[in-house]
Amino acid sequence: MVRIAGDPFFGANGGGIYNFKASFGRENTSMKNTGIALAAIAAAALILGPPAAKAGTLEDVKARGVLNCVVNTGLAGFSFTDKAGKWRGFDTDFCRAVAAAVLGGGDKVKFIPATGKTRFTLLNSKEGDLIFRNTTWTFARDVDVKLTFTGTTYYDGQGFMIRKKLGVKSAKELDGATVCIQTGTTTELNLADFFRANKISYEPVPIETNEEARTNYLAERCDVYTTDASGLAAARATFDKPDNHLLLPEIISKEPLGGVVRQGDDQWGDVVRWIVNAIVSAEEYGITQANADAKAKGTDNPNINRLLGSEGNLGAMLGLDKQWALRAIKAAGNYAEIFDRNVGPKTNIGLSRGLNAQWYDGGLQYAPPFR
Amino acid sequence: MASEATTTATSDDPNALLRLWRNKEARSVIIQVFTLAVLFAFLAFIIGNAVQNLARLGKTFSFTFMLEPASYDINQRLIEYTSRDNHLRAMFVGILNTALVAGCGIVLATILGFIFGVLRLSKNWLINRLVYCFIEFTRNVPILLHILLVHGLIVHIMPVPRDAWDVGEAVFLTNRGVIMPKPIFEDGFIWTSLAFAVAIVFAWGFRRWAKKAQDATGKTYPVFLVGLAAIIGLPILVLFVSGLPLSWEIPALGGFNFRGGLVMRPEFLALWLALSFYTSAYIAEIVRAGILAVDWGQTEAAYAIGIGPSRTLRLIVIPQALRVIIPPLTSQYLNLTKNSSLAIAIGYMDIVATIGGISLMQTGKEMETMIIVLSIYLCFSLVISSFMNWYNKKIKLVER
Repeated sequence: MVRIAGDPFFGANGGGIYNFKASFGRENTSMKNTGIALAAIAAAALILGPPAAKAGTLEDVKARGVLNCVVNTGLAGFSFTDKAGKWRGFDTDFCRAVAAAVLGGGDKVKFIPATGKTRFTLLNSKEGDLIFRNTTWTFARDVDVKLTFTGTTYYDGQGFMIRKKLGVKSAKELDGATVCIQTGTTTELNLADFFRANKISYEPVPIETNEEARTNYLAERCDVYTTDASGLAAARATFDKPDNHLLLPEIISKEPLGGVVRQGDDQWGDVVRWIVNAIVSAEEYGITQANADAKAKGTDNPNINRLLGSEGNLGAMLGLDKQWALRAIKAAGNYAEIFDRNVGPKTNIGLSRGLNAQWYDGGLQYAPPFR
Repeated sequence: MASEATTTATSDDPNALLRLWRNKEARSVIIQVFTLAVLFAFLAFIIGNAVQNLARLGKTFSFTFMLEPASYDINQRLIEYTSRDNHLRAMFVGILNTALVAGCGIVLATILGFIFGVLRLSKNWLINRLVYCFIEFTRNVPILLHILLVHGLIVHIMPVPRDAWDVGEAVFLTNRGVIMPKPIFEDGFIWTSLAFAVAIVFAWGFRRWAKKAQDATGKTYPVFLVGLAAIIGLPILVLFVSGLPLSWEIPALGGFNFRGGLVMRPEFLALWLALSFYTSAYIAEIVRAGILAVDWGQTEAAYAIGIGPSRTLRLIVIPQALRVIIPPLTSQYLNLTKNSSLAIAIGYMDIVATIGGISLMQTGKEMETMIIVLSIYLCFSLVISSFMNWYNKKIKLVER
């Protein structure tokens, strides 16, 4: 049964920026009214939807031989198509890891691009098996929209971008500023709360798509552009003169971004959750794409042996084989490799690990033990 | 079931059903009963399914969320509103914004439409062709593109606030809108408002009196000029006599933006202009058709009894043309109002963007908010059509 386009909190930061680079113009007009159209469809779906059939997603995916992964329509560094038309990015790498673990190949993925509004509908209508689309884990989405979040792949927060020539150094100096914002997202609510709490005035310019927000920001329709800090960095990387723009130091919200599956299928939720944990653990145990095969032959570290399947039988407990985690790591790399390849300091997006460092480096990335 | 019925009928009389079907009245009843049954079955199915699905999802159907804080800000608001106000108030802000753009749009589209319609009939070849090209271009490009085009032009071509184009240091044109002085009404302004009301009543009374006087004596009076003088002159006179209780707040550049004054935002301007131009092209064709529908003989007859050209147009041609114009004009007004929902494309905070957009996203009450939005558009449309139907009745041919 199709559940709701309309359900709460589409956007968020989750909403992130889609479309910055990869699909500039692609959904410009077509997505304009998707909001209302989808809401109408969702209402209609509530009325006409057939009763849901109960079947395990894991079996469905195995039978199909392809993983349907809902991703962003285009967000530099996170999910975008390169010149050869191949999907790349931080989020898409996690899709590939899941496909490799479950189906045996990192290319057995069908990417389903979705906007902030369409993503949950695509999941709930079973067009997608899971979502990796910079989606913020919130109470209402988890409880009220009835989704299951499979852990946090990227700890983000809402920030502000402004032109350097305006000479602003802090978000608290933004009194009277015009702020471009993606409408229907949690960023919109965070923004209202932040300015209200600091007793400063502003003028919101609500915008339907991020690509239009970018156009309006560059045309100086607004002084400030706000969304997730990662999204701002990705956006800035696509500007002609990135150095003319500054990210303000304030981060005004918590935006834990991660994978999402349908609520009620605990087995599938566990599979996705532990594949993400395997990727994070791999960094901790020093397993990389390059040395994974060697380490899989057996090491002195029982943790590594259990993870890579030379010891114990963790895979079978998930409904997978012994080499599930090995394949995931070989397909996508460990967490550090995925981060550095897509959004790290050496890319043009240039994000530092920050909160996303391992726990032993003072960050928040912490995988539960494999035993 | 059907086969059972057939069997029964067959056992009684093989031709009974066939004869019933061939009876015109009986057939009509059968078809109507069948249609109603299908309709009710369909309604029962969708309502039942909605109830069942809502229950399965653990969702309730209630409108109590309307009283919870909306938590979002709205830039253009005709009534006081902050992010702490509830969804209900946010909805009213949206309704007023929709009404504002639809109202302004209808007025401008009508004025432009009549002008273009008349110019289209001009004997001047150049004017005629230019208007023809404008109408064809406008009608054949989707309204959404018009809106995006105008918005893009305003945002990209107009200067930023620091380099604003000013008109007399009072009105400023920027890519963040047109900023105008804001009138500040002081205590004594009530007298001017009263004078305006009195002037309107006087003008209306004078018109009635003049008509009666003309019927009785055949003498004509300058109704339009007297009315205009009263409606404009009297309030101005009272304004000065009461000591000018009116001042202007002149916008000034401060910080990021202009402060003070009235702002017409690019989103409003784009939506208003695009809707007006688009609809005016249709209205122009309706007006042209209406005027052409009045037989030339009517004009000749008027001239023959010595009525001048302008009065012929005003008293003979237009009243007859209006009968042709009003019904399709009504549907253009309805189209314009409904097209204003495209506001969401450029972020104008109308009813769809507020209650049907952000509120829906934040609360997840898609059934409830969609029902509200649909009902509001229905109300707008019914109000417009009933007004236009009333007007249509008023001007229709009175047969004696």
